[in-house]
Amino acid sequence: MAKEQGYLSLVTEGLWHNNQALVALLGLCPLLATTTSATNGLGMGLATTAVLVLSNVTISLIRNLVRPEVRLPVFVLVIASFVTAVELTIQAHFYELYLVLGLFIPLIVTNCAIIGRAEAFASKNRVDRALVDGLAMGAGFTLVLMALGALRELAGQGTLFYQAHLLLGEAARGLTMTLGDDFQGALIAILPPGAFIGLGLLIALKNLVDKWLSQAAKRRASAAASNAEPSLS
Amino acid sequence: MTSTLISSPHVPRVNRVDRVMLQVLLALMPGVLAMIWFFGWGVLVNVILAVGFAVLAEALVLLLRRRPVLPALGDLSAVVTAVLFAISIPPTLPWWMTLLGMLFAIVLVKQLYGGLGYNPFNPAMAAYVFLLVSYPVAMTNWLAPELLSGIDLSFSDSLAMILHQVLPAGVDWDAVTAATPLDEMRTQLDEQLTIAEIRDQSALWGVFGGRGWEWISAAFLLGGLYLLWRRTITWHIPVSMLAGLLSLATLFWLIDPQTHPFPAFHLFSGAAILGAFFIATDPVTATTTRRGQLIYGACIGATVFVIRTWGGYPDAVAFAVLLMNIAAPTIDYYTQPRVFGHGRERAR
Repeated sequence: MAKEQGYLSLVTEGLWHNNQALVALLGLCPLLATTTSATNGLGMGLATTAVLVLSNVTISLIRNLVRPEVRLPVFVLVIASFVTAVELTIQAHFYELYLVLGLFIPLIVTNCAIIGRAEAFASKNRVDRALVDGLAMGAGFTLVLMALGALRELAGQGTLFYQAHLLLGEAARGLTMTLGDDFQGALIAILPPGAFIGLGLLIALKNLVDKWLSQAAKRRASAAASNAEPSLS
Repeated sequence: MTSTLISSPHVPRVNRVDRVMLQVLLALMPGVLAMIWFFGWGVLVNVILAVGFAVLAEALVLLLRRRPVLPALGDLSAVVTAVLFAISIPPTLPWWMTLLGMLFAIVLVKQLYGGLGYNPFNPAMAAYVFLLVSYPVAMTNWLAPELLSGIDLSFSDSLAMILHQVLPAGVDWDAVTAATPLDEMRTQLDEQLTIAEIRDQSALWGVFGGRGWEWISAAFLLGGLYLLWRRTITWHIPVSMLAGLLSLATLFWLIDPQTHPFPAFHLFSGAAILGAFFIATDPVTATTTRRGQLIYGACIGATVFVIRTWGGYPDAVAFAVLLMNIAAPTIDYYTQPRVFGHGRERAR
C-alpha cells in the first residue's frame, strides 16, 4: 500500500463507503435470513462483529508466520474457532436469542465478509489497524442488519425491538414500541421476499444519499470557484 | 410471381400503445359487467379506486423521475393494470389494501424497473400476489354470487364495506361471503370427499363451472375473442395456455374422475380464461417469439394445474404467470427464429 489510511478513513470505509452489506454485498445469507426483527438483526450483527474483530486481530498477529499457500485454510480455522466460542457464549448467556438465531450462528463461519476482511485487510496490516477495521466493518454490518430488521418488523407486524429484553436484559423492555393493536402488517415483509425488497430499498437509499452528497460537494466546489474568481479579476 | 396490386392511399395500421390498451379495456367490459352483475357494486368501486390510485402513483413516480407525466398517463397502461388488479381482488377488500397493491404494482414492480416496457413482471399479478401473501384472510374473503346469497347490496352498502368495513344492518359476513368454487373443491377434496359427493351437497356448482363464475369466465372469453379478432393479441399464448391446462386436467380426470374435477371446471371456475387472454398475453412480460409463446403459454397452463391440484393455494394463475415471467427471457433466447440466409450449416 503506497499511503497508509488513517483510522478515521478506516472507520468511514467500514460504516459507509465500503459497507460490507450495502456496497460489497457480502454476507447476504445471514443478512437476509435473520433480519425478521430489529432485535434479531442486532443480535446477529453483534455476534458477527465479535467474530470479525477477534479473527482480524488474530490473523493480523500471525500474518508473517502463515505461508501464503495455506493461508485460506488457516483463516477458516481461526474464524471457525471464534464462531464456536461466540456460539457457546450466546447459548450460555442469551439462550432465548440462541433459539431464535439458531442455525445462523454457526453459519457465521461462511460469512464472506469475515474471510474477505481477513484476506483483503488483516493479513496485510498491523494489529491496531486490523482491530479498527474489524470494529468499523462489523459496526457497519450491524447497523444495516438492524435497519433492515427494523424496517421489516415495522412493516410486517407494526412493532419495533419486540423481545429486545432477550438480548439487552430486562431494562430493555421499555425499548419495545408498537404501532397500535389494530395495525395490520404486511406479512410479506417478514417472509423471505420482504428481505430482498427491503435490502434493495436500503441500497437504493444509500445510493441516493451518495448522489446528494456528491451534488452538494460539487455545488460547494463551484461556489468556492466563483467566490475566488472576483478576487482574481 | 404475381402480387396483388393495392392502390393508394397506403394507410398503415395505427399501432400505438394507447390504442392497444383501449382495445384491452374495451374487451374487458363484458367480463367486468358480468362480475358487477354477480358480485354487486363492490367490483365497480374497486375498479374506480384502483384506477385512481394507479394513476396517482404513476404521476407521482414520473414527477420524482422528472419524466413527462401526461404521455405516460395517456398510454393507459396504468389503467389496464388497475382494472386487471381490481377484478382479481375480492369485491369488498378494504380500500387501503387496494392502495397498497397499486403502489406496489406501479412504484416497485413497474416504475423502479424503468416504466412500461422494462418491467420483467406483470404489475397487476405481482400486486395481487403481494396482497395474497401479506393479507391471506382478507384476500380470500370472497362474496357469494348474489343469486346464492340472495342479498342485494346497494352501491352505498358496498362503498361502506370497502371504506369502513361496515356491513349493512341485519347482515353478517357469513351470509354474504362464500368460498370460491376452486377453494371449496380443494377443501372438500382434502376431506376425502369424491367429486360426486361435493357436487351433490354444495350449491356452488353451475352448469359447467362454479355458479356465477362460469358466466363471468364466458364473458371474459367473449372479450378475449374480440381481442383476437382485432389482432391485438395472437392466438399462441391463450390457446397454448388453455391447452396446457386442459390436457393435464383431462389426463388426470380420465385416470381418476372422482378425485379430479371435470376439465371444463378448471377452465370456467377461476381466473383461467381471464389469465389466458388478458394477463399472460401482456406484451411486456411475455415471450415475443411465436415458438416461445407456445412454450410460455403451455408452461403457464401446466403450472396452473399443478398448483391448483397439489399446491397450497386454490387458484394459481397469478403465481404461474409470475413464474413464467422469470423464464420468458430465457425462452426467447432459445427460440429466436433463424435469420434468412443464416444457419442451417449442418443441413448441407
